[in-house]
Amino acid sequence: MYRDTVLPRVLEQIVNCRDAIAQYYLMDCIIQVFPDDYHLQTLDVLLGACPQLQPSVDIMTVLSRLMERLSSYAALNAEVLPYFLQVEAFSKLNNAIGKVIEAQEDMPILSAVTLYSSLLKFTLHVHPDRLDYADQVLGSCIKQLSGKRKIDDSRATKEIVTLLSAPLEKYNDVVTALKLTNYPLVLEYLDSETKRVMATVIIRSIMKNNTLIATAEKVEALLELISGLINDLDEPQGLEVDEDDFEEEQNSVARLIHMLYNDDPEEMFKIISILKNHILTGGPKRLKFTVPPLVVSALKLIRRLPVEGDNPFGKEASVSATKIFQFLNEIIEALPNVPSPDLAFRLYLQCAEAANKCDEEPIAYEFFTQAYILYEEEISDSKAQVTALQLIIGTLQRMHVFGVENRDTLTHKAMGYSAKLLKKPEQCRAVYGCSHLFWLEGHEAIQDGERVLRCLKRALKIANSAQQMTSAARGSTGSVTLFIEILNKYLYFYEKGIPQITVGTVESLIQLIKNEESMTSEPSAESFFASTLRFMEFQKEKGGAIGDRYEEIKV
Amino acid sequence: MVLVLALGDLHVPHRAADLPPKFKSMLVPGKIQHIICTGNLCIKEIHDYLKTICPDLHIVRGEFDEDARYPENKTLTIGQFKLGLCHGHQVIPWGDLDSLAMLQRQLDVDILVTGHTHQFTAYKHEGGVVINPGSATGAYSSINQEVNPSFVLMDIDGLRVVVYVYELIDGEVKVDKIDFKKTSTSNSAP
Repeated sequence: MYRDTVLPRVLEQIVNCRDAIAQYYLMDCIIQVFPDDYHLQTLDVLLGACPQLQPSVDIMTVLSRLMERLSSYAALNAEVLPYFLQVEAFSKLNNAIGKVIEAQEDMPILSAVTLYSSLLKFTLHVHPDRLDYADQVLGSCIKQLSGKRKIDDSRATKEIVTLLSAPLEKYNDVVTALKLTNYPLVLEYLDSETKRVMATVIIRSIMKNNTLIATAEKVEALLELISGLINDLDEPQGLEVDEDDFEEEQNSVARLIHMLYNDDPEEMFKIISILKNHILTGGPKRLKFTVPPLVVSALKLIRRLPVEGDNPFGKEASVSATKIFQFLNEIIEALPNVPSPDLAFRLYLQCAEAANKCDEEPIAYEFFTQAYILYEEEISDSKAQVTALQLIIGTLQRMHVFGVENRDTLTHKAMGYSAKLLKKPEQCRAVYGCSHLFWLEGHEAIQDGERVLRCLKRALKIANSAQQMTSAARGSTGSVTLFIEILNKYLYFYEKGIPQITVGTVESLIQLIKNEESMTSEPSAESFFASTLRFMEFQKEKGGAIGDRYEEIKV
Repeated sequence: MVLVLALGDLHVPHRAADLPPKFKSMLVPGKIQHIICTGNLCIKEIHDYLKTICPDLHIVRGEFDEDARYPENKTLTIGQFKLGLCHGHQVIPWGDLDSLAMLQRQLDVDILVTGHTHQFTAYKHEGGVVINPGSATGAYSSINQEVNPSFVLMDIDGLRVVVYVYELIDGEVKVDKIDFKKTSTSNSAP
C-alpha cells in the first residue's frame, strides 16, 4: 500500500510545492521515517522524484543519507543482501545519481564526488565481492570529473582522497584495489601534492596489512599509482617539500620495496627490472633512499638462484647470477653522481662478497676496482677513510675467489692506503689489520707467514715513530697501547703455529712494552697489558699443543 | 635484577621494512632498564622507537648508520659488570672470536657486545663473555647466509648474568638461555 498509494501521493505533493526548504525537509523525513525494506521496494519511485526537485535542494545529502541507511541495513542484516541484487539497487542508484548530476549543470564538483563517494561506500558494504560495481562507480565519477576544469576546491580533493581510500580500507588488500581499472584514472585528476598524499595512503595500507605484491604486472600498476613519490617528472620547479616529510616519504618507499617479492626467480627478476626503471627516473635526491633496498633485493635473488648444475638451461637461462651482477652495477653507478660515493662504495663491496660466494672472479675484481676508485677519488675525509679502509680490508680478507695476481694487486693497494692514512695510530692499526690478508683460515693457498710477519713489523715501525713523535712533543700518549695491540696480533699468529713468528719475536716485544711502561704511565694500557699477560697464562694452563706453545714464552 | 636489551643490525629501511611484529609486541616500554645497540639502525625513526622502549639507550656506530655522531665504541658499568659495545666492522677478521677477545682485553670489560655478522653468538673465554645479538630484523648479510631475526635480553643480578636469546625461526619465537658467573676477584688492575 505504501508503494502504490502513499508514496506516490506524498512525492507528488513534495514536487509540486516547489519550495526548496520544504522539499529537502520532507524528503529527509521520508527517508528517516519509513523502514529500509520499504525503501528497497520503492527505490524507483523515490529516485524518480529526485531530478524533479528544485535545483537548490541539497540532493547530495538526501541521497547520501538514503545510501547510508541502506548500507547499515545491509551490514546488520546479511540475509537481505540477495534482495538488494534482486531489486537492482545498485544500478538504480547509479543511474539516479547520474540523472541528478545531469539535471543540475552547475553542481559543484564537491557534491558530485561526495555522491559517488557515498555510492562507493554503499557498494563496498552491500556488494563487497562485486568489483565491477565498484569499478563502475569510479568510472561514472571519472566521466563527471572529465567534464569539469581542473579541481581547485580543496574539499573536493579531500573527498576524492576519501573516495580512493575507501576500497583500500574495505579490501585490506591493495592487490584487489589494483584490479579496479578506473582507480588509476581517478588518481590522474589530483594535483601532484594530493597524489603524494594518496600514494602514502596506499603504501601505508600495504605495510599495515603485510601485503606482498607478487607479479611484475601488479608491481608496474602499483608503481604507476604511486608515481608521485617515485619520479621527478611532474614536479613544478620551486615546489617546496619539507625535508623531513620528503625523507619520511622516501623511507616509506624504501620499505615498500621489501614487499615486492616472488619466490620464482624469473618473476622476481622481472619485478626488480621494473623497479629499476622507475627508480632511475627518481632524480638525485631519491636515489640514496631507493637504490639500497633494490640492491639488497637483487643480492637476495642471487642467493635463490638454482645452482648451475641443476639448471637444465645452463647459462642461457634468462636469469643468471651474471645478469644480476650487471643489473647491480647499473644501479649502483648512478649513486656517486648524486653525490653518494660512500654509499656506492659500501654497496660495491657487498656485491664483491656476493660475487665471491658465486666464484665469479672477474666480477668480484671489477666491483673491488670500482670501490677502490671511489676510495681514491671521493673519500677524502680522514675519519671516513679509516672506516672505508676497515671495510676494504675486512671484505678482502674474506675473498677466496681471487687468483694470486689479482689478490696481490688488491692487497698491495690496500697496504698503500693503510700507510697513507692521516694519523700514525690509524696507519698502524690499518697495517696490522692487513696482516690478516695473508692468512685465510681453511685456504692454504692464502697463507703466507712471511708476509704476515712483514706487516706486523711494519706496524711496529709505525708505532715506534708515532711514539718518538709524541714523546718529543709532550710525553705520554696512546702509543704503548699500539705496542700491546701488535703484541696481541703476534700471539694470534704465534698460536696458529706460523713459523716466522718466533718465541724470540714475541719475547722481545714483551720486553719493549715493559720498558715503555716503566717510563710512562697509562692506566688503560697497563690494564690492557695485564689482561694480555693473564690471557697468556690461561692459554698455558690449557695444556695440549696450545699450552706447549705458550709455555715456551718467558715473560 | 636489571634487564638489559641488546640488539642491532636492523638495517631499516635498506634491508628490512621493520622489526618482526612478534618482536615488537614483546618489547614493551617500561620493562627494560637499559638498551645497548650494536649499530646499523639505520635511520632516526628507529632510534626514536628504541627510546620509547627505554630512555637509557647506548648506541655505537655501524658502517651504514645515518647518524655519524655515534661513537666507535662505548663502555658502561651496569651493576657489577663492565660492558663494552662496538659494532664489529672495525675488528678484522670479521666475527673472529680471538680478535674480538683482544678488543675485550683492550676495553677491559667483562661482557663485550658486538654485531656486524648478523649471527647470534655467545662465547665464553677466560677474560669474559663475547655476545653478538644478531640482527633484530633478520636483515641480509653478505657474511651470513641464513639470517633469523634475533635479539638478546640480559638479566644482571649481582655477579651473575643470564643471557636470554630470542630467535624468530619459521614464524615462531624460540628462546634459549645461557648462564654466566663472574668470579668475585675483580679483573681490573690492582
